[in-house]
Amino acid sequence: MTMTGRALERRKFPAPFSNYELGDPFDEMFLADGAPREHYQEIYDFLLQLPAEELRLHKQAADQSFLHQGITFTVYGRDEGTERIIPHDLLPRIITAQEWGKVEAGLEQRIHALNLFLRDIYHEGKILSDGVVPRDIIYSCKHFRREMRGVHVPKGNYLPVVGTDLIRLPDGEFVVLDDNLRVPSGVSYMMTSRQVLQRIFPRLYQACGVRPIDHYGQALLATLRNLSPDGRPEPTVVLLSPGVYNSAYFEHSFLARQMGIQLVEGRDLVVHDNIVYMRTTSGLRRVDVIYRRIDDDFIDPLSFRKDSILGVPGLFNAYRTGNVTLANAIGTGVADDKALYAYVPKIIKYYLQQDPILQNVETFLATDPTHLNHIVNNLDKLVVKAVGESGGYGMLIGPHSTKEQQEEFRLRILEDPRNYIAQPTISLSTAPCFVDGGNIEPRHIDLRPYILYQGEKSVIVPGGLTRVALRKGSLVVNSSQGGGSKDTWVLN
Amino acid sequence: MDMLSRVGDALYWMSRYLERAEHTARVLEIHLGLQLESFSSSSQKHWERINTSLGLEPPEGINDIDLIQWVCFDPSNRLSIVSCISFARDNARQVREHTSSEMWEQINKLFHDVRSNAVQEDWETEPTDFLRSVRDGAHLFQGITDSTMNHGEGWQFIQLGRFIERATSSAVLLDVHFKTFHPTRAATINFEEHSEWIGLLKSLTAFEAYCKVYTADLKPERIADFLLLSDEFPHSIRFAVDQIDTVMRALPRSKRDGGNQPARLAGKLRATLCYTEMDEVSHTGMHEFLAGIESQCSQIHNAVHQVYIDYPVDAALEA
Repeated sequence: MTMTGRALERRKFPAPFSNYELGDPFDEMFLADGAPREHYQEIYDFLLQLPAEELRLHKQAADQSFLHQGITFTVYGRDEGTERIIPHDLLPRIITAQEWGKVEAGLEQRIHALNLFLRDIYHEGKILSDGVVPRDIIYSCKHFRREMRGVHVPKGNYLPVVGTDLIRLPDGEFVVLDDNLRVPSGVSYMMTSRQVLQRIFPRLYQACGVRPIDHYGQALLATLRNLSPDGRPEPTVVLLSPGVYNSAYFEHSFLARQMGIQLVEGRDLVVHDNIVYMRTTSGLRRVDVIYRRIDDDFIDPLSFRKDSILGVPGLFNAYRTGNVTLANAIGTGVADDKALYAYVPKIIKYYLQQDPILQNVETFLATDPTHLNHIVNNLDKLVVKAVGESGGYGMLIGPHSTKEQQEEFRLRILEDPRNYIAQPTISLSTAPCFVDGGNIEPRHIDLRPYILYQGEKSVIVPGGLTRVALRKGSLVVNSSQGGGSKDTWVLN
Repeated sequence: MDMLSRVGDALYWMSRYLERAEHTARVLEIHLGLQLESFSSSSQKHWERINTSLGLEPPEGINDIDLIQWVCFDPSNRLSIVSCISFARDNARQVREHTSSEMWEQINKLFHDVRSNAVQEDWETEPTDFLRSVRDGAHLFQGITDSTMNHGEGWQFIQLGRFIERATSSAVLLDVHFKTFHPTRAATINFEEHSEWIGLLKSLTAFEAYCKVYTADLKPERIADFLLLSDEFPHSIRFAVDQIDTVMRALPRSKRDGGNQPARLAGKLRATLCYTEMDEVSHTGMHEFLAGIESQCSQIHNAVHQVYIDYPVDAALEA
């Protein structure tokens, strides 16, 4: 190798990494000069000596195991084959103990502040009178629930279950992209990926020293039991699912089994005199805490959407009376509105008098005239998001979009500025993925840790779900848009 | 933990649909075998009998090959084998956390197997391979169920679905057969019909078991006695009703009005089969007797539904 003027000469990667290219984004496995990071050394060495054929067989075995266990999700809007296994990448994503420590502290702080915020806006609204957050943004949010004003929520806990989306900037810093305070999903993929990986790479797993995650079910149950209505020391906890046709049904069933609680649907519950019962073969049984995986809109046709057949008539009144607890509380969506997101650093400062440990991504609000100007003039560079949407729907990724799409968004934004925000296009970090053909190539990933908020403190299982955009160059990691998952290893 | 009514219902239907799929596969397999014996009654009559026995109403003018396809695979036929397995799986999927993972994996695998294209290409040359795989798959599921699941309330609903379906479909099969071949008492079976009687026994996996009791000497009255009243043979109607009655004793007894109706009806049917002799059946008339069993099974089904599954809320709050 000849020395050039540059100090660093990129190494040529050996097989199976021959096609691996390092670009501007932060790469989880390799340093800029192509050497593996220290915490990836173990798996790097392992992969170099693993025959490609064996890796392929492992992959096949894992897919079979997912299909036969029925670990599937549902894609809407297709008639045939609506049930698919979640694409899964075999190579784990590794996070060091030090990095994790900061993420954990940052999430704990953020969720605590958001919970105080929710309690405040549904009661005194101090943060609004102090002008830290504009009233408009709250009252124009379609997830704000007037009906929740003055409602007492057990232990003041609105957010027992949260799954925050983090990404890594090119300099390696973790930042928050999305708060997901309503009904975050994916935790079952985190747990099943772990089971599959432990079976496929037992020695590697042991050699790396990975922190366990299998206490999640127990911790979730403890969190929910803790929210029992007054005077119900031995609460009956149930998980309320929209049913078998919901995209996350596998997860609902999985979690119910992990916790040993009943998986109920709306039609299993009846409300009588503001008490909630479930219909069993031995008669009606009282229900105390409902871990609901149904959106606010659909939970009670008497109080919210009249056409909902998933919900339970009278449930909201029983909840308001305090006879039953819903987790998460009704109306939490106002705090994960994508426009409110821009104010979260101020919210943290306001309630906790602390600087945020985890930063936000720079965000432009279309409601702000100067921001709006910047947005419509830079549609080819920005990511535009509809505030009310999730799951990767209603999004424009500027650099990957056509002129027509940009024009379409320009009109939509100008027509309804409250519904749009924009952020710079950030190249999510990349991690090695096993691709068709037996090679390992970089793909973009994010990270969704799961937080069980229990008041001042939280339980956060180490790691979470790493979602990966399996299409080359793609930045969209949502499973509904061709994303997959990876096991996430936090090291001791 | 108390069981949700919806869960009991889904387990019941899961099991009932799978029993139906297995029954249809078994009857069809034997029927296709019989058709090879060219001297048996005309193919069309044969098919009519099979369709009546299985409660099927195929489209007019369908040819034999398409008919097999329709019975096995057609999703528009709600009683096709694939439809039944698919309904069974849909029900199983709704109550995954109440079954063992082994059960789910087996029924899910069976579903994917019967739907896979490979099977559908193969069947025309070797339909019996397909039918056998359904039978084996269903047997495997039952075995896995019995050995991996708690024999608690959920299992009782599975038993109930299996044996209500078995009693009902066997009664219909016997009825159609005896109507066609009008046995007279102690008559010997003529040569042409011999294979039909073997076919009947085999359709209920009873040929070998019958021979062990009565030797290969086939007599219509003995066959009727064996398939109706044997207390030891698992595909006899009496055996199925015994199981139904056992389930009723194991289910929680409701204190509401009419709460003991399912147990009363099952006990009554069991007593009938327990204390009836073939002479009396012949006296009543085979058809009337079998029709009585069918209608009582359907009453038991309705009573279970009213007491355990879809009871009125007001009555439940008072009790």
